[in-house]
Amino acid sequence: MKNSIKVLVPTGCIGSGLRLDLFEQALLEKPDVIAMDGGSTDSGPYYLGTGKTKGSAAVLKAELLVYMRARAELGVPLIIGSSGTCGSDAGVDLLRGLCLEVAAELGQNVKIAAIYGEQDAATVTQALADGRVLPLNPVRPIDEALIERCTHIVAAMGVEPFIHALQQGADIIVAGRATDTAVLACLPVMRGAPAGPAWHAGKTMECGAQCTTTPADAMVMAEIDDRGFTITAIGDQARLTPQSVMAHMLYENSNPLLLVEPGGALNVEAATYTALSERSVRVEGSVWEPAERYTVKLEGAAPAGYQSVLLSVVRGPEYIARFDEWLGQLDDVMRKRIEKNLGIGPADYDLQFRAIGKNSALGALEPQVGTPVEIGVLAIATSPDESRTRDILALLNPYMLHFPLPEDEELPTHAFPLSPASMDRGLIYEFALNHVMVVPDPLSPFRFDFTVTGA
Amino acid sequence: MSRSQGYEIRSKSAGPFWLTFDVFCADAETFGRLCGDPHLSAPSMAALFHSDPEQVRIFHMAPLNVIKISLPRPVVQGSVADRDMHGAQWGYVLAEELARAGV
Repeated sequence: MKNSIKVLVPTGCIGSGLRLDLFEQALLEKPDVIAMDGGSTDSGPYYLGTGKTKGSAAVLKAELLVYMRARAELGVPLIIGSSGTCGSDAGVDLLRGLCLEVAAELGQNVKIAAIYGEQDAATVTQALADGRVLPLNPVRPIDEALIERCTHIVAAMGVEPFIHALQQGADIIVAGRATDTAVLACLPVMRGAPAGPAWHAGKTMECGAQCTTTPADAMVMAEIDDRGFTITAIGDQARLTPQSVMAHMLYENSNPLLLVEPGGALNVEAATYTALSERSVRVEGSVWEPAERYTVKLEGAAPAGYQSVLLSVVRGPEYIARFDEWLGQLDDVMRKRIEKNLGIGPADYDLQFRAIGKNSALGALEPQVGTPVEIGVLAIATSPDESRTRDILALLNPYMLHFPLPEDEELPTHAFPLSPASMDRGLIYEFALNHVMVVPDPLSPFRFDFTVTGA
Repeated sequence: MSRSQGYEIRSKSAGPFWLTFDVFCADAETFGRLCGDPHLSAPSMAALFHSDPEQVRIFHMAPLNVIKISLPRPVVQGSVADRDMHGAQWGYVLAEELARAGV
């Protein structure tokens, strides 16, 4: 390895905005790689279920243009992991296509590597039959039928597929689902940096400037060397502290001392954090513990039914005062009507009413009782049959508008804020897998495509 | 929240199947007091969030004065029954439980 390797992470997620002034300042530091993440499961199962991307293609392209221009000027790789929110093959294709457009517009001759990580059901079923699919906690049942139900299954790649692409001369890598950490650790590991500091620097910068005390005014870069890494917050207002760096191990992570990754685990129990200045912290003592078996985490999403929703707002003071009684009766009446008119029972559909302004975010776990002025009643109906879900909404509609208290002779009219009052959400999805797959070779679950532009 | 008692609590999904709470204490004294508090024990947390006490994991991070508690998500993220995709509201339940108990 040369003396040190600088990894610049301009954002926690491509498409979420870029501070151009900070990026230009960061480029003066001459990073050896520009790397960032492009997705997460945070936004829920819909994206993986459909393979779709949350971000706008126009925004992604505008940011890619800035990154690709900078990459070319410095002559360093640009690496993007978990392309298209969920890391589906379609997400990789989206980013790859945008890179090709930008390369053509800039007249760049570049080698673009696309790394695809979707797993077909047959591959995962075979691995299950071989005893190579292992559950993570909390353990959930898995069988062939569940695997078949998944519309998309992705495997999260470690550093090896990135290293393979870099060794083939890739200037730009757009990868499918990858651990956030691997995207940032791959180049230092390839160039011989010690694995502990390389992975730990990656973990620290996985959400960009979140590890600083000034996330709105900072960009982060880590310089990894033989003994550890130095992380620097870039920007005149930017600050970070040993505490803010250490605390990032807590973030969205169930164990703050050990991070399990493909091929091993990052152990930071013995790590030391020392302030070098108000903008940089030195970290040493992080350890990489290689695993006996190489595993990749699987994520899968399966259809959970067709869903429609209807929002009504209840404002009448007597309705607010007796809301629970009113809603209980509405729920009861609706279930009877659904059974009578549609001939289906409780097992055939899911119907929920969320009382917005009362307890919609927490449901039964809400300990507080207040006296709201109004309550939004969000009815959510889900069933395996699209037309059946619409039938339920059609039945609900007049009741959500006019349902009275028992002794009211005159029908009330509650507030419908929208026309049409109901919204069809189409097919919705659920996360179905919490497993890892043992693989014989870190590259074997992944497929590579190399394209040279302008050639 | 609960800043007056010398600590703040946040919760967040840690992947689709886990929920994690970070209790940030203002100083070592508060940290020491909360580390031994039965309201932050595995059985109490499991009872409050309808989870399995065997699965509750508690980390005492003395250098940060942070107590981290992770448990299986009360409902899987984004499932039909889920009400909070990012899991940030459960932190209020814990904070208010501690406040009621005078912790």
